[in-house]
Amino acid sequence: MATGIKDKVAILGMGCAKFGERWNDNAEDLMVEAFIEALEDSGIEKNDVQAAWFSTAIEEQHVGKSGVPLAMALRLPFIPVTRVENYCASGSEAFRGAVYAVASGACDIALALGVEKLKDTGYGGLPQRSRGAVNDMFWANTSAPGNFAQLAAAYGAKHNVSREDMKRAMAHISIKSHDNGSKNPKAHLRNKIDEDKVMNAPMIAEPLGLFDCCGVSDGAACAIVTTPEIARSMGKKDLVTVKALQLSVSNGTEAQHNSWDGSHFITTRTAAKRAYEEAGIEKPREQVSLIEVHDCFSVTELVTMEDLHISGEGEAIQDVMNGFYDADGEIPCQIDGGLKCFGHPIGASGLRMIYEMYLQMQGRAGDRQRSQEPVFGLTHNLGGFPHQNVCSVCIVGKDGA
Amino acid sequence: MVSGILSFGGYVPRVRLKRQSIADANSWFNSALKGLAKGERSMANWDEDSITMAVEAARDCLQGFDRGGLAALYMASTSYPFQDRQNSGIVAEALRLNSAIQTMDIAASQRAGTSGLIAALQTSAGAGGPVLLASSEKRRTRAAHPLEMTSGDGAAALLVGEGDVIAAVLGYHTETVDFVDHYRGQDSAYDYVWEERWIRDEGYLKIVPTAAQAMLEKAGVSADAVDHFCFPAAARRVSGMIAKKLGISEDSVRDNLQANMGESGVAHPLVMLVNALEEAKPGQKILVVGFGQGADALLVETTEALAKFPKRTGIKGHLARRREETNYNKFLSFNDLVNAEHGLRAEVDRQTGMTTLYRNKEMILGLVGGKCTKCGTLQYPKSAVCVNPNCEAFHTQEDHSFAEMTGKMNSYTADSLTYSADPPAFYGMVQFDEGGRMMIDFADVAPDAKPEVGMPMRMMFRVKDYDGKRGFRRYFWKAAPIDAPE
Repeated sequence: MATGIKDKVAILGMGCAKFGERWNDNAEDLMVEAFIEALEDSGIEKNDVQAAWFSTAIEEQHVGKSGVPLAMALRLPFIPVTRVENYCASGSEAFRGAVYAVASGACDIALALGVEKLKDTGYGGLPQRSRGAVNDMFWANTSAPGNFAQLAAAYGAKHNVSREDMKRAMAHISIKSHDNGSKNPKAHLRNKIDEDKVMNAPMIAEPLGLFDCCGVSDGAACAIVTTPEIARSMGKKDLVTVKALQLSVSNGTEAQHNSWDGSHFITTRTAAKRAYEEAGIEKPREQVSLIEVHDCFSVTELVTMEDLHISGEGEAIQDVMNGFYDADGEIPCQIDGGLKCFGHPIGASGLRMIYEMYLQMQGRAGDRQRSQEPVFGLTHNLGGFPHQNVCSVCIVGKDGA
Repeated sequence: MVSGILSFGGYVPRVRLKRQSIADANSWFNSALKGLAKGERSMANWDEDSITMAVEAARDCLQGFDRGGLAALYMASTSYPFQDRQNSGIVAEALRLNSAIQTMDIAASQRAGTSGLIAALQTSAGAGGPVLLASSEKRRTRAAHPLEMTSGDGAAALLVGEGDVIAAVLGYHTETVDFVDHYRGQDSAYDYVWEERWIRDEGYLKIVPTAAQAMLEKAGVSADAVDHFCFPAAARRVSGMIAKKLGISEDSVRDNLQANMGESGVAHPLVMLVNALEEAKPGQKILVVGFGQGADALLVETTEALAKFPKRTGIKGHLARRREETNYNKFLSFNDLVNAEHGLRAEVDRQTGMTTLYRNKEMILGLVGGKCTKCGTLQYPKSAVCVNPNCEAFHTQEDHSFAEMTGKMNSYTADSLTYSADPPAFYGMVQFDEGGRMMIDFADVAPDAKPEVGMPMRMMFRVKDYDGKRGFRRYFWKAAPIDAPE
């Protein structure tokens, strides 16, 4: 009988490169920048790492395939390196690989590192590329914002919300993330914005305007994980341990079966439910201290508040407008600026979310530190499109909580 | 058995370009264009060509008929997307016709439509099934050429054969004369046109009456018995002059649709014939003439069956399904008449694997998905495992085409980021009334439209992508609003 991941693995060290338009750095430079921070934080030597998981999503744009780019960039000592890719949830997959390796007892210390170098396309937004020989023949001509924008039409129709109210709640989400990002020195976007600016911005994919979309960034993030026993033996105190690691992947129901109404994520609901069970959390709205969600677009964050079972169905707009998810609210969401402002170097994003939780739990988040001591932090990392996606929900928390 | 027309269908693209906008742009160069700056011309959308229009006209025509029984499909056009890949074969795939069918592309003259109709009638005699003729034209014209203003894009389809015909054939006749009013050589994209006064006096007014007279004599019908005279020339008054010369009453001369459509080349005589059939009463005689290196003349007489013939969208319906366009630059851009910047996102390689296309051709060209024989769930694409969460049976799905199904829009966006030749790109989830759904591109939505969830939609055959590098284009289906408001 599976017992779950709870408290079997501790985070020994984490690192995160400055996200943004790193015009003069290659992916390897970003990887090394994140790794050095994590190495120093962990107190281990590089050669103590026994296995590594490496996440990138659009590797054709930078490092190419396989685990080799990580091994070469860090000069790892001929250890196993596995490259993982699972859409925009790739970073969480690297973390899952490393955590599972330690939990299995196969190794003592494992590394998860994610990187993406996106600003070499010559245009804004994600690279436009083939989706596969057969898919190209019948998939709609979608972009990421266009796929997610459709949540608004379906959510509005289901809950009878006017376009204006929807736009305003979405604007609140983006304004909040810019406020939070302005306090984060590693964030890609650090400017504050107001409602007028959001509402009057150019339309990207109806009803998503420019400020409803997250930044496309270069960046890297990494985690070094071990067992709580080894961490303690190294003199580490106030351990942050992994409480839950769940993944849910669409099986075609949303894309092909009329049981899905298009207004929410089946995967998020499924993964969140399993994660709370694994972590032993019964009342998420009361027990979760902080959340970092996959706010690729403001509307994604909005519906995710319900899919994580924190806001009731149809009540996310009310919670958002009441400031429930603001930095000084009951459960701050994107206290580091989120994908929206910290940025979204795809392969690194899942690890960046955990990085923020780790800093917050240790009281090391600087100007943006949550005043109330966090106990459980949840990260939600999504890849793909609302109708066909991969969703990771990870919960980390204080050892023993 | 009586031989003749069993059914008809038509198609005119939804977008209508105001001729004034063309004149405004070009009359600085040729002031004579001002004289043509009246009304509007139909304008194929960026994703329409003679194949997609032929498919739409054919679907309109085949409503209520068994597609499996067709003996042949002929296509007539001078604007085929493919020089060597049978264009009618693509239409046949899109219509899900039997592979045991004769298909043929007829081309190279403006009378290919009427010649095709005569050939179809001849083939259908004793063929064991009716013959479908789909004639379609998206004529390429140079910017500022008068043809740009007088032409329009469109298609007509006729199902001919023996049986309960709505119009019986009384006779036909062809005159072949190498009269070169215009031509387009192998290496040219555009027509080279001679003086219109000469075309009128030596061409229209001499060759057409000869052909028509011969046909009337063969049929034993006097000219004054003709109720509808369909002659496609855009030139004003020409039809009236021919009618007068033949002794056809002036009232019988039909509107050449110059005001609201333009001349659709090879398709136009048949577009006018379809339009005549839409308005004719039983027992009326319709004379249709096609002109080009000679002339075809064909006479039909409508029967009592026409009175109870089910209504088609036809030419009239499609002319009413209209959206005005005043931006001539869009026309230039859609037709590659201007060297426009399409952005870096347009650079994605759109190569099509012929192996990939061949093994998926029913799914792509015929919009064939699956129907689970165990639980009845419709799904697209068809797969090995049923998508119904309460079924999930292996290998239970049979072919089911979604092409003629209607549905409702469940979610949508208007995407200004993704590359589209006509931004914003509209797409969304369409849920079919009988079951099944797909995330699919939309067609013919106005750029400033704000569709509502629940909007009814039907499927249309369109160009999905152009592979300019290799001269290939791939086709797929898109969802278009049914009776969308202006």
